[in-house]
This record gives sequence, structure tokens and C-alpha cells, in this order.
Amino acid sequence: MFAVLIALAEIGTQSGFISPLSFPKPSDVLVTFGELYDSGRLWRHLGPSLTRLLIGSVIGVSTGVALGVLIGLFAYVRAGFVPLVAALFPIPKIALLPLFVIWFGIDEGSKYALIALGTFTPTVVATYGAVDNVDRTLIRMGQSFGLSWQSIVRKIVLPGAMPGILSGLRISLAIGIILLVAAEMLGAEYGVGAYILEAGSLYDLERLFAGVVILSVLGVLVSFAIGLLERRVLRWRI
Amino acid sequence: MEIRLSGITHVYNGAEVLSDITLDVPSGRIVCIVGPSGCGKSTLLRLIGGLERPTQGEILQMGASPPGCLNPLTYIFQDFALLPWRTVAGNISLVLEDHGLGKAEMNAIAENVLARTKLSDFRNALPKQLSGGMKQRVAIARALAVNPAVMLMDEPLSSLDAQTRELLVDDLIDLWTRTPFTAVYVTHNLAEAVRLGHSVVVLSRRPGWIREIVHLDKPLGDRHLGDPELDRQQQHLWSLMRDEARAADAELAHV
Repeated sequence: MFAVLIALAEIGTQSGFISPLSFPKPSDVLVTFGELYDSGRLWRHLGPSLTRLLIGSVIGVSTGVALGVLIGLFAYVRAGFVPLVAALFPIPKIALLPLFVIWFGIDEGSKYALIALGTFTPTVVATYGAVDNVDRTLIRMGQSFGLSWQSIVRKIVLPGAMPGILSGLRISLAIGIILLVAAEMLGAEYGVGAYILEAGSLYDLERLFAGVVILSVLGVLVSFAIGLLERRVLRWRI
Repeated sequence: MEIRLSGITHVYNGAEVLSDITLDVPSGRIVCIVGPSGCGKSTLLRLIGGLERPTQGEILQMGASPPGCLNPLTYIFQDFALLPWRTVAGNISLVLEDHGLGKAEMNAIAENVLARTKLSDFRNALPKQLSGGMKQRVAIARALAVNPAVMLMDEPLSSLDAQTRELLVDDLIDLWTRTPFTAVYVTHNLAEAVRLGHSVVVLSRRPGWIREIVHLDKPLGDRHLGDPELDRQQQHLWSLMRDEARAADAELAHV
């Protein structure tokens, strides 16, 4: 599918059917990408971006899973936090960036916070949904065999919720990438977002597309990594 | 261990479910409970297992649990309730892990019950690889692993096809003949009841009361498929239940 779309764009631009002003030649984008790689600027932009994505999403996902499990297990936590999460979820997190800049500083802190919050809410919702969906008969079985509460949570609830948590992770990380770019566009010297913004303001379509390709590749890689993780952790389902 | 129920009456949301049940479950015997659907068979089992408290009457556990018993009252469920992410051996060790046993001891118990249920070769299989009958064998092995004083079996064979059910009935008879266990066996299948029960308790339609307790004296090992005496007993049970079953079937569900 990818190959067909790219081939169509290439033929279209080569033949002049698509004006080079409206769409760059895929081969030119490739050349730009090569230059970017050769000049070493690829890593100067990608390095900070990956660090931000990693730190932000690790914070967001780990606290999200923890709170999601607590909501799933305790009615009190549920009563207190579900409305809060419901209130946070629809806020466009990017709107909060100025606030985060004041709280956490203009540099890395605010970007971590933004990505963490953005990955946190979908993770919470996916996790408590997954915990709710754990087969009740298995939990009753555990109780009837006199398993301790910790054992039931660790050996029955968590593994049972794992498929739901992992599919939530896919969504969370995609949102994380979107927010990463948004944050970098609003105040960063280096980063894929800053690179795309710079290219955009110069109307340098080849570089813009090179940046977009980096993001897509990043998204595909993240999805692939989760796929690997799923296959390892959920071997029992396949 | 013996279980004695006396004068059990249970009310559920204002509706009487069980009425004045007095019943003995002697040690080393299998007591089958049959009755039309919705007569409170499963409720009775939950009461015996202590998952619910009867509105009236008492349930006594008399005598000590057998030595090495980890969970005196152990259920076997209709839907097996195996953890899909654990192997056969893992599902068995699950119920042993909380008791502070050594690794060697846990392995010895697991090997023993796997051998008794003829599952030794399937130790590392995952539940999804097993047929329904094999899954229920694993569940039985798991129940045996905690060396229960009384097994509470809630329609354990009802989700299996007829042939598999027949095989498992034979297996249960084998298991019992080698080491007698105490069990309360709830079923709606009368053929199972006359094959496995030392006594069969017939409950009436809701509110369930005991219509009759049929004692079967023939040793379990001598009961075979198509035995005329068993057929006669089954006929008798069915004659007790038929009208009630029809009436229960026609009843609207209380939702």
C-alpha cells in the first residue's frame, strides 16, 4: 500500500501532472533525507525527540497503568478519579503547554509533562476498562481456592488485563508522538517538530516531508515494538 | 470430614429459594443433587461452600480435614475456570503457591495429581490447546492438588459433549475407587447422578425442598452404562421430576 501511494506520487510529479509546488517528488524527499543523515543533523533532531518521547511516555504510561489498576480494584478510587480523568481526557493537552512552561520551565520539563499527561489519560481509561473485563469466574475461582488478595491481583487480574492494557498503549504512544511534535513546534531548538516547523515556514516541502516521514516511521516502529511485546507477553492467546 | 445441613431455608430478595433442607453428606461418599432448573441446586452448593450464609438453619462441618488439606471445601466449576496464560502444571501450582510449600513438595503434589488424572504428558500444554474434557480434567487435578475434605462440583460435565462426559464419568469413578473422596455433585443429568451418586437428592421446583433421597447401594465400580437397575432408578428419578421440570420450564424468569 505504501509502495503504491509513493509510486503514484513519483509518477505524478515526474510527469508534471502534479505541480512541484503542491507536492514534492518522493525521490527529492529521499535525497533531502540523505543529506539530513549525512550532515549528522538527523540525530541532532531525532535524539532529543526520542528522549522526550521516552521519558514523557514512561512517566505517563506507568502512572496511568498504576491508577487504572487502582480504579479497577477499589470502588472508592473509582468514585474519586473517574470523573477527574473524564474531565482531563477531552482537554487538548497542547492548550496547557503555556501553563506547563510556567510550571516546569521552557526547556525539557514542560515537554515531558505534556507528553506524560497526554499518554496518562488514555492509559488510565484503557487499563481500568481492561481490569473490569477480567473474567469474573477466574477471580471467583481464585477466591474459592483461598488465594490471598495479592495473589489474585498479581496472578489473575494483571495478566488478565494485559491484552487491554497493551492495546491502550498503542493509542497512548501515538498520542505521545503527536504531542511531542506539537510541543517541539512551540519552543524547541532541536527536535523533529522544530525541524518540520522550520521547513514549513520556509515552504521547503522536501524537508517538511522528510520530517513527516520520520514521524511516520517512528509511529510504525512504536507499533511494531508493541506488537513484539504483545507476542511475548500474550503468547497464551495466539 | 462430614457435612450436615439442618433446616436450611434461604431467601433471596424476598423470594424463598430453598426450604427446610436437611441433609447429610457422609465422609467418602458422593451425594448428587438433582432438580429442575432454577430449583436452587447451585445456591445450595454456594451455601455449603460458605460463599453465602443461609437465612435459616445451620451447616455443620464435622470431623477434621484430611492431613495435608490446603482448602477444605473446593469447587469444581462448570466452565473449568483455568487461567489461559498458565500451562497445565502452572494452573495446578497456582493453588499451591500461597501455602508456603517448598518447590520440591509442590512439584511432587503436581506430579501426583497429574498422574492420577492421566495428564502427565500434557504438563506443559496451555489450556487453549486442550479439548473441553481435558480442561475439566485439569480442573479436577487442580482440585485434587489441595487435597480437599469435600469437593463441591457444580455441573462439572454440563458443558461437555455426551461422549466426553461418558469418559469423564468413568475417570471420576476410577479416581473415587482408588481413593474415595467426599463430594457434593450438582447436576441436571440423571444418568450422571445414578452413575456417580451414593445417594441422589431430588429437589422440587422453587422453593426447593427435598422430595426424596434415593440411595444407590451398588458399588460405583460395578455401575456400567445401560445397567438395567440403574435405568430403573433413572426412570424413577425422572418420574419424580418430570411434572416439576415441565412446570419450571414454563415459568417466566424473575428478572
